[in-house]
Formats: sequence, structure tokens, C-alpha cells
Amino acid sequence: MEKRQLFDSSLLRITISRLCHQLIERHDDFSDTVFLGLQPRGIYLAERIKSRLKELTDIDVPLGYLDTTFHRDDFRRRDSPLRANATKVPFIIEDKRVVVIDDVLYTGRSVRAAFDAMGAFGRSRSIELLVLIKRKYSRELPISADYSGRSINTTPKQKVLVQLKEQGFDEDNIWIINKETN
Amino acid sequence: MQEHLTVDHLLGIKELTEGDIQLIFHTADSFKEVINRPIKKVPSLRDITIANVFFENSTRTRLSFELAEKRLSADVINFSSSNSSVKKGETLLDTVNNILAMKVDMVVMRHSSPGAPHFLSRHIDANIVNAGDGTHEHPTQALLDTFSIREKYGEVGGLKVAVVGDILHSRVALSNIFALQKLGAEVMVCGPATLLPRHISELGVRVEYNIRKALQWCDVANVLRIQLERQQIKYFPSLREYSLYYGINKQLLDSLDKEITIMHPGPINRGVELTSDVADSDHSIILEQVQNGVAVRMAVLYLLAGKRGS
Repeated sequence: MEKRQLFDSSLLRITISRLCHQLIERHDDFSDTVFLGLQPRGIYLAERIKSRLKELTDIDVPLGYLDTTFHRDDFRRRDSPLRANATKVPFIIEDKRVVVIDDVLYTGRSVRAAFDAMGAFGRSRSIELLVLIKRKYSRELPISADYSGRSINTTPKQKVLVQLKEQGFDEDNIWIINKETN
Repeated sequence: MQEHLTVDHLLGIKELTEGDIQLIFHTADSFKEVINRPIKKVPSLRDITIANVFFENSTRTRLSFELAEKRLSADVINFSSSNSSVKKGETLLDTVNNILAMKVDMVVMRHSSPGAPHFLSRHIDANIVNAGDGTHEHPTQALLDTFSIREKYGEVGGLKVAVVGDILHSRVALSNIFALQKLGAEVMVCGPATLLPRHISELGVRVEYNIRKALQWCDVANVLRIQLERQQIKYFPSLREYSLYYGINKQLLDSLDKEITIMHPGPINRGVELTSDVADSDHSIILEQVQNGVAVRMAVLYLLAGKRGS
């Protein structure tokens, strides 16, 4: 299995800082901004963005975890139903500027499902998408990221493997791997 | 945790593995969050049609299933045997096949005959959910009961649960015993000898005839309703006497040197199984059971529908 490293701990830290500065440029004092991390792995990135922003600006942006399982359009097209994760959105997004945060933007279907799921928490003023990795040439829906850590050329035979400390790994590593084909 | 259920139908708890139950609980946790949102609906089952086929009267179970189905965005049709072709002599299989001809994907069925959903599952191509078959099983009630215990105590394993009352005529008792044992709880049944099945101890449950001793032993008392409508003969002299010997009142609870949780699948015969000051007390999680019923039924329907393929 061929494996190429996209991020190590150091590069990840620098990239997160850059993304935070981009957010500061657009959101100023973050008075009406909330973050929504997408389950399962987007929440780790969202926590890091929130924490780094706090260090940089001393502003605590509200953060919720959103699970999109029940809003996906591929239910019953898989071998087994996706296992749901917890949704924790302890605020109403009515008239808020929402930044949706995920680790990888691939087909765009998870993000579409997230837009659908967000409807249960109010009508936001605007929605932006922040991703760590934007996979190119793979979108199935017209969805683009407003902020991205890195854009990479990928084929459907490749997979992005995210291994973060929060998931129990010794250090942060993000790889692109070629899926084995039979 | 396993990815999907090992069964295509929910016929009883006996057929489920512990992993199935844990998967249902894990999914129900997520649905519990959904039903507490301002907008309580998700689109998961928007291409699924479910028939609620009730050959026996039920209010709360049917309402709970209907709400679960609607919150999953399924199309729902309701059938009850009163005022139906069943009165004209139509067989169960013909009735259900006629309903299925309307392109129904899942059938939620209550029937007075034990085994009716098992029979149906062998003859039709739809997922069957048993909503109570005679005095045999009522799996979703047992799932919501154990889910409620898990919610209160964190886990079910190691707890002592007493199932109290009319065990003989209850479909909840058997399902509860199976579910609790699969999750590692110790189970006791308590009631008058006439309302306890003769060989119940062979299921590995303790048997107790004294309510005070049962309450002293248990962490949770799941108190069952006296099924007066199913009793062809007198199993005890009077409701007053039953209440005197097996009814749970505040005085009895206060006299124990411990706190126990009171459950009841409803509807309560107030003043018979439980007095109002117990049913409405902090000991009682009866209303939590009702709320959890919708989340657990959503989880069961979602997981079974996921196995249908598109």
C-alpha cells in the first residue's frame, strides 16, 4: 500500500494557525459567529481551531458537534447503515454566521447533509465551509470550501487517512494512501 | 460495536444478541437527541412505507410507533382489525398480503396469538416488527425499559431488577427477562403464585412471593399492569386484596433502607399496582420510559430499514 504524508504535527499546527488568521480577517470580533464541527473527525479539527483562536484573540467562539448520519442520501445504498455519532449543538444558529468545519472535503455529500441537518437548529445568516484538506476532481455536488488547509489532486482509488492525537495516536499524521485493488 | 443487526425482523428479544441490543441503544441515543430538537424530524426513511397492523387494541404502543415512523419521514398506514376484513373471516396472511400489495416495506404488528409475527416473517417479503404477540413477547417495550435503566444507571450489567405483578399474562415480562439477562442484570419475578408461570425459574430468574423482600433485594422494580382483560378466571380474590399484598405505596418505599427505581409499562391501574404518590414520585421513571419508547422504536426501524437495500 503506497502512502504519502500530507501533514505531520508541526505542519498541522502551522496550517491551523493560518486558517485562524483567515477567519480573523473575515469575522473580526466573532460576535455573531459559531462553529459546527462535523462528526466524526471534523470535531477534532474544530476543537483545535477554537483553541488556537482563543490563544490568538482571547475570543471563545461557541462550538457544536453536528452528526449528519440521518440526513445522508446514501442510506440503504450501503452494506450496513452508518453508525450515528452524537450531535451536541447547545445553541440556536438563527441569524448566526456559521462556520462548518470538517477534515476532508471529498464528494460534498456530507456537507450537503450537514446543511440539511442544520435546518433543525435555526436559519443561519450565512454558512462558510472550512476544511483541512480539499480533494480536487472528486466533487459530486457543487460545493466548495471557503477556507482550506491544503488542496490535493486525488483519484477515487486514493484515500485520506487522518490520525490525530485525540483519536489515540501518539502523534498527528495525515496520509494519502492508494487503496488496494483486487 | 457491530455494524448492523444480525436479524432482518424484530420478532423477539430472544433472537437478538447482546451486540444487537447495544447497537439499538447506541442508535437510540442519537435519536433521543433528535427528538429533543426544535425540529424533531429526519429524512432517513422518506422512501419507506410502514403499515401498523394491530389485530389487538393498543393506544400507547401504536402512537409511539406512529410517532417514531413519522419522525423518520416514513409514509404510514394504520390498520386495525375492528371494522376490517378480519371480521369477515379473512386470514392473517391474506390480510397482510393485501396490505403489502400496496408496496409496503415494513409491518409493525400486534396480534393476540403468540408466534403470529414469526409465522408472517416466513411468508412475506417485508421487515416485521413485533409490537406484542399474545402473552409471548413485546420486544420494543423491553428495549425501552432496559434503555431507560441504562440511562439512569449508566449500565444494566450488575443491577438487580425485580419484575413485579402479573407475569403470567404479560408479554412484557418475558421480553424484559431476556433483555436484562443478555445485558448482565440479575432478574427476580415477584407476584402471587397464581400469576407466576409454574416453570419460570428455569429461565434463571429468582422467584419471590413477598413484595417487601423483593423490593429490599432489587435496584429497580418494573411493576406490571394487572391484565384484567386477559383473565378468564379469578387469579386472586379481589383488586383490594392484590393491592394490599402486592401494591407499592409510599409507606412501603419509605420503610426500605434503600432507594429503588420504579418503572411501569403503562397504563397504570392507579391504586392497584402503584399508588399515585409512588407513580408520580422521584423514584418513578415512567414518563422517561414513554419518551425513550419513541427513540428506541426509531432506532429499531432505522436499523431494520438499513438492511433492506435500495
